[in-house]
Amino acid sequence: MSITVDKEKCTGCGLCEKACPFGAIKIVEKIAVIGDECTLCGACVDQCNLKAISLQRKKLKDVDLSQYQDVWIVAEIKDGKVRNVSFELLGKAIELADELMQDPCVLLIGNNVTKFTQDFSNRGAKKIYIAENEDLKDYHTETYSSVITGIISKYKPNIVLYPATISGRDLAPRIAATLELGLTADCTGLSIKDGLLLQTRPAFGGNIMADIICPITRPQMATVRPNVMEMASANDNENTKIIEIPVNVDLQGLKIKTKEIISASSSECGIPVCEADIIVSGGRGVGCQENFKILEDLANVLKGAVGASRAAVDLGWIPKSQQVGQSGTTVSPRIYIACGISGTIQHLVGMKSSDIIIAINKDPEAPIFNVANYGIVGDLCEVVPLLTEALKKRLSEN
Amino acid sequence: MKFIVCVKQVPDTTEVKIDPETNTLIREGVPSILNPFDQFALEEAIKIRQEGDEIIVISMGPPQAKKALLKCLALGADKAILLSDKAFAGADTWATSYTLTQCIRKIGDFNIVFCGLQAIDGDTAQVGPEIAAQLGIPQITYVESIEKLEGKKLEAKVQTDDGYKIVEAKLPVLITGITSSSFEPTNPPMMSIMKANKKPFSTWTIDDLGGSSDNYGLNGSLTEVIKVYSPPARQQGVVIEDEKPDAAVLKLIELLSKDKVI
Ligand SMILES: Cc1cc2nc3c(=O)[nH]c(=O)nc-3n(C[C@H](O)[C@H](O)[C@H](O)COP(=O)(O)OP(=O)(O)OC[C@H]3O[C@@H](n4cnc5c(N)ncnc54)[C@H](O)[C@@H]3O)c2cc1C
Ligand SMILES: Nc1ncnc2c1ncn2[C@@H]1O[C@H](COP(=O)(O)O)[C@@H](O)[C@H]1O
Repeated sequence: MSITVDKEKCTGCGLCEKACPFGAIKIVEKIAVIGDECTLCGACVDQCNLKAISLQRKKLKDVDLSQYQDVWIVAEIKDGKVRNVSFELLGKAIELADELMQDPCVLLIGNNVTKFTQDFSNRGAKKIYIAENEDLKDYHTETYSSVITGIISKYKPNIVLYPATISGRDLAPRIAATLELGLTADCTGLSIKDGLLLQTRPAFGGNIMADIICPITRPQMATVRPNVMEMASANDNENTKIIEIPVNVDLQGLKIKTKEIISASSSECGIPVCEADIIVSGGRGVGCQENFKILEDLANVLKGAVGASRAAVDLGWIPKSQQVGQSGTTVSPRIYIACGISGTIQHLVGMKSSDIIIAINKDPEAPIFNVANYGIVGDLCEVVPLLTEALKKRLSEN
Repeated sequence: MKFIVCVKQVPDTTEVKIDPETNTLIREGVPSILNPFDQFALEEAIKIRQEGDEIIVISMGPPQAKKALLKCLALGADKAILLSDKAFAGADTWATSYTLTQCIRKIGDFNIVFCGLQAIDGDTAQVGPEIAAQLGIPQITYVESIEKLEGKKLEAKVQTDDGYKIVEAKLPVLITGITSSSFEPTNPPMMSIMKANKKPFSTWTIDDLGGSSDNYGLNGSLTEVIKVYSPPARQQGVVIEDEKPDAAVLKLIELLSKDKVI
């Protein structure tokens, strides 16, 4: 192990002891002493104001890679519910693990998360690692990244997948940089090639696709776009191993604190756009804030969410959380209905991977029609209400 | 206070295509621009600056990336550093963040590091958090705006999946994600462009940054792009034109049920 305490600098202040998620540090005679429980997560290094602790990581690329086994996913829990994307990741992990003849595993981190083990074991997880603590109730970059960094160092997975959600994209690079690991962002495809994880993702505004591998470091890590992978299906699984990992969390030491949470979801079903199966999106062509009601009605009939272009967001017609595109959310719903959206590249990059795109625009030359499976040239104020009525009728017949 | 803004020169992605014959990127004739998100970050730094504060822009890139830095100086940055060396070429996000971290350490004594939401060529949004981790400082990603900066504390409005939150951070801190300033990136006026040429500009190479050459550029990269290609073309769609709205909707519903979409 190569973590050392500089006895000259250490005053025994105890900040590191509190910061250690694994209870590995004790203050003995005014000096920090690091015990065997240490996972080299580095939480203490960041916390020490006197720079008395130094951590020398062995470059993973100089390490025997075959010690790294299994395909892990980091589940995302939000508001006491497992987010669907976690089951999508598990579906993919099972497929990859099968091919590698390793185990698909789930890391559950948070407060009161043990109750979700059943959901994952039913769906085929072979091992479930649980890091549970009251103070992990809310996501904080600092606490989550040091806990997961430590767990990865200790259990040595071969592959770790994170959801490419706001918190997943905040967390994964932090862990990757700390452990000196390669990381591929926002993947839309994953497979195994010559024993390595082949990661496929769009780049250059969606104009090109790139296949990426990570040959020299382990675990191989990627964030994965929600709604692209198939969810793991429930099929009573016999023996799932549960591994509980005791962790300590010190919220006092956090350098970033949340003062206030302002929810502004406009989607009535409360589905975040990135997870919605159907999205009805409006752009500048919607004309005014009141007209968004027309789109909401359609979304309600389809049990979908309302999205928007940046123009509509900047005009203040709809909250930023609903924005689809390069500076908003990337979505891949089953059906995307674009109303009064021209289809600039910055918008297209955020929705082009949808299964079915339906466009309604009064300009037949609008670029959105180039990616649409179905289009109607017409005034959305006339077309959308008619569509809502027709679909309502149609769905009640079925 | 000292603010450091990381900016990248990127190809204008709207213009990037794949050569169908060779399956490689066609780069000729594609204009290079200052990554718009980095401009938004710089504008936020300029907005919160006070008398006596210093804004340093840094960029890793080829010699021609100087142009992007000059634009930043014209927009109001005080000083620019270009990290340019053959050894930096081919860097992935880890090697990029390592290089920028070495530079930031050398500048030293900073209070806030700004990064853009993402670079529009790669769209990874990884370099910011990776720099923060290497510097060992906290990060705030998906920041909408900086609400308050007082003493050694900062308050930011941060985007969440379903709204916003207000967070408070102790400095130093790294911030990414500002998107809300102006709708389209603006161009600085001629006068400022002239003045920019007189502001301090330096170019640093691997010798200035130190550290092992194993960590830079292609050598230091942990991921490897093995293939690029055009995305699968979407199937040709059906556009219903020249119909009355009710007839058009009827036709659409028919198509949707025929194709089993509904
Ligand atoms: C760095 C950067 C990041 C960006 N990020 C994003 C992003 O994340 N998401 C995003 O969406 N944009 C983004 N943009 C902005 C983007 O370039 C466009 O400005 C924006 O997408 C345009 O929105 P729009 O299609 O709603 O508006 P417009 O381009 O103005 O199009 C409006 C459309 O509505 C049609 N229309 C008008 N009236 C009607 C009617 N009554 N019935 C039917 N159709 C009608 C018009 O024919 C037109 O096609 C970004 C830009 C930059 C520079
Ligand atoms: N070569 C570079 N030079 C300076 N800053 C960079 C560079 N690459 C990335 N960045 C910064 O990191 C942010 C995120 O980049 P990316 O992870 O590539 O999407 C950018 O918006 C820049 O602020």
